[in-house]
Amino acid sequence: MSQKTEILFKSRWLPWALVAPQGIIVLVFFFWPAGQALVNSFQESDAFGMSVQWVGIKNFYALFTNPAYWYSFKITAIFSVLVAVIGIGLALILAVFADRVVRATIIYRSLIIWPYAVAPAVAGILWLFLFSPSVGVVARSLEAIGVQWNSLLNSDHAMALIVIASVWKQISYNFLFFLAGLQSIPKSLIEASMLDGAGPWRRFWSIQLPLLSPVFFFLLVINIVYAFFDTFGIIDATTQGGPGKETEILVYKVYFDGFKALDLGSSAAQSVILMTIVILLTALQFKFIDKKVNY
Amino acid sequence: MIKRLATLAASLALVMGPQLTAHAQAKKEIIWWHAMSGALNDWVNDVAADFNKRQSEYVVVPVFKGTYPEAMTAAIAAFRAGQAPHILQVFEVGTATMMASKGVVVPVSKVMTDNGYKFNPASYIPAVSGYYTAPTGEMMSFPFNSSTTVTWLNLDALKAAGVSTEKLPTTWPEIQAIAKKLKDSGHKCPMTTAWQGWTQLESFSTWHNTELATQGNGMSGPNARLFANSPLHVRHIDNLAKMAKDGLFVYKGRGSAPSPSFESGECAISFNSSAAYAGIAKNAKFKFAVTTLPYYPDVAGAPQNTIIGGASLWVMSGKPAADYKGVGAFFNYLSDAKVQSDNHMRTGYLPVTLESFKLTEDSGFYKKNPGTDVSVNQMIRKTTDKSRGIRLGNYVQIRTIMDEELEQVWAGKKTAQQALDDVTKRGNALLEKFDATNK
Repeated sequence: MSQKTEILFKSRWLPWALVAPQGIIVLVFFFWPAGQALVNSFQESDAFGMSVQWVGIKNFYALFTNPAYWYSFKITAIFSVLVAVIGIGLALILAVFADRVVRATIIYRSLIIWPYAVAPAVAGILWLFLFSPSVGVVARSLEAIGVQWNSLLNSDHAMALIVIASVWKQISYNFLFFLAGLQSIPKSLIEASMLDGAGPWRRFWSIQLPLLSPVFFFLLVINIVYAFFDTFGIIDATTQGGPGKETEILVYKVYFDGFKALDLGSSAAQSVILMTIVILLTALQFKFIDKKVNY
Repeated sequence: MIKRLATLAASLALVMGPQLTAHAQAKKEIIWWHAMSGALNDWVNDVAADFNKRQSEYVVVPVFKGTYPEAMTAAIAAFRAGQAPHILQVFEVGTATMMASKGVVVPVSKVMTDNGYKFNPASYIPAVSGYYTAPTGEMMSFPFNSSTTVTWLNLDALKAAGVSTEKLPTTWPEIQAIAKKLKDSGHKCPMTTAWQGWTQLESFSTWHNTELATQGNGMSGPNARLFANSPLHVRHIDNLAKMAKDGLFVYKGRGSAPSPSFESGECAISFNSSAAYAGIAKNAKFKFAVTTLPYYPDVAGAPQNTIIGGASLWVMSGKPAADYKGVGAFFNYLSDAKVQSDNHMRTGYLPVTLESFKLTEDSGFYKKNPGTDVSVNQMIRKTTDKSRGIRLGNYVQIRTIMDEELEQVWAGKKTAQQALDDVTKRGNALLEKFDATNK
C-alpha cells in the first residue's frame, strides 16, 4: 500500500495537503468535542462553570451504582433489538419482492426509499399524530377494534410507537443494501438452481440468504448504531422518555441530564460510555468484514 | 471557536459595513435573549421597539433563542465563552440555578440603584417579587412575564350535563361532583390537567398553605428538602387516582401538551396556566370561564395563594459599566405602570406591580373581560412563609421526576403514597447533589 502511494505522489507534502481538509474537519468536529467530553466526565461543575472540581471517576461510579442508569441500558437494549430485527426483516421482504418486480421497478423502489429523506423529528411527529389517542387515525381504528390505545400512560404502547417510527425511517436504508446485495448475486447461480428444479422459496433459502449474510451483519451493526443514536429526534418528538422512564434510551438521557438538567459532568460521563460502545461495535464490524466479505 | 467566529464577524463588519458600524457606535446595543415564540415573540419585539423609540442612547436588541431550557443552555455556553448577552430571560424553575451561580449575574436592585433609578420592591405583587428575592431581601431578577395556575371550564359542556353555571365551583368536592355529572351524561373527558407538577403539587401546596419542601419551600434558606409525601398531598393524589380510575380525570400528557384537549372541547375542565388565555380565546368554539384552583374546604388556611410560573429577566455579569446604565434604563421603562398594564392586557400575564393592577382595574378591562382578574386576585393576597414560592435546586429534573411518578399513579402501577414517597426520595437525592456542587 505504501509503495503504491510513493509511485502516485512524487511530492512529500501533497498527500498530506490533500487529506488536510478532511483531517481538520475530523479534528475540530470529532476529536475536539470528544476530548472535551472526556475531560468533563472527570469533573463536577455548576451550570455556568464558576466552580469546577476534579472528581476522578465519581461520575462513572454514580452512574453504574444508579439503578435508573441500568434500567436505561435495558430499555435501550430492548429498543435497539426490536428496531434492528423488525427493520431488517421487513426490509428483506420488501427487497426480495422488489427484486422480482418486472414493471414500474423504478417507481416502486423510489417510493420505498422516500422515508429515508424524512428528518427523525418529522417522522416522530407524523407517527405521533397517527397514534394520538382519540384524534389519530390509527388510534381510532384501534379503538374501534377494542384496543384502548394510550401511549401516554401505557409503556408498551409508547415503546411500540417509537419502534414503529424508528423502523419506518430506517427501512429504506436497509432495503437499498438488500436490493443491491440481491442484484449482485450472479444470475448464473439462480439459473443453475432453477434448472435443478429449485422453487422460489428454495432459491431464496439456500442461495440468496446465505450469500446475503455479510449484508445482514453490516446492517445489524448499522441498525443498532442507528437505534442507539439517531433515534433521538423521534423520541424527543413523541414520548420524551415517558411514561415514567419507560422509553428513556441512553442517548436521550445524555441530552436530558446535560441540556435540561444541566448536570454536565454526568452527561459527559454518559457520552464517554456511549462513545466506548460505538468504538467497540465499529471495531467488531471491521474485524468481521475483513474476514468475511468476499463475494 | 465562538470567540474566533465573533472576531471573524467583527472584521467582516469592519470591511463590509463602515456605515453600519458607525450607526451602531452612536447607540449602545443591549442584547436581550428571550424564549417567547409566536404571538409573544411579536410582543417582545414591540416592547423593545417602543423603548428604542422613546430614547436615543440605547438600542435593545431582542434575540429569540428557542424554548426556555434552550435559551438557558445557550446562555450558559455563551457565558463560558465570554459572549453572554446583557439580559437573559430565565423561566421560574431555573431561578435557584441562577441564584446559586455566584458571580454570573448582577442583582437587578443593584443595577437599578447604581444607575440612579428608583427601585422599590414593595411596589411589586408580593407573590411575584418574593419569588425573585434572595433570602437577604435583595431582588435578584426583574419579574417580566408571570402567570399562575387557574381552572378553565367549558360552560357549554357543563350546561349540557345539567350543571348550573351560575356559581362556578371552588372546591374539590364540587369539581368531583361536576366531573361525575359530565361522565354520567356521556362525556369522554370530564377533567384533565396541564403542568401536573406545577398545578397539582406546587400550587396545590401553597393554595393550602402547606409546605412542599422544608425551609419555606427553599425560599428561606439553603439545604431544603422535599416533603411531597405529606398526608395532604397523598390524599389529593389519591383522589385524582380514583378519579382517573373512574374515567373522571383523563391524563393528556406533560407540560402544556393537554392544552389542545380543552381548546377543542374534548375535555370540559382543565387546570392550566392563566397565560393559556390567548390560545383558548383564539381556538375555543364554546363559552368558557376561568376560576380559581379548587381547594379542600376542611384544610385550615386554604385557600391561601397560588404561585407563579413564567419567567424573569436576569442581568449577566462582566459587561462595561456604561452598558448597565442602558439595562437600568430599560428596566425603568418596564417598571412603568402604564407599560405594565398594557402588557398585562395584551398577553394575559400578571400585572407585576400593584399600581399597574389598579390602573387596569380603573380602565374597566376586568369588567369587559370577566375572569381576567381571577389570576390576579389569586396572587395579590399577603403570602405566608409556606406560600411565597418554590425555590429548589435541580428543579427541572425534579419537575420531571414528578411527571414520571405521577404517570405511574395514573397508570395504576403505583399508589399515591408509593409515588409521592419516590418523588421525595429521588428529589432529595438531587437536592443533596445540588447543595454539594454549589457550596
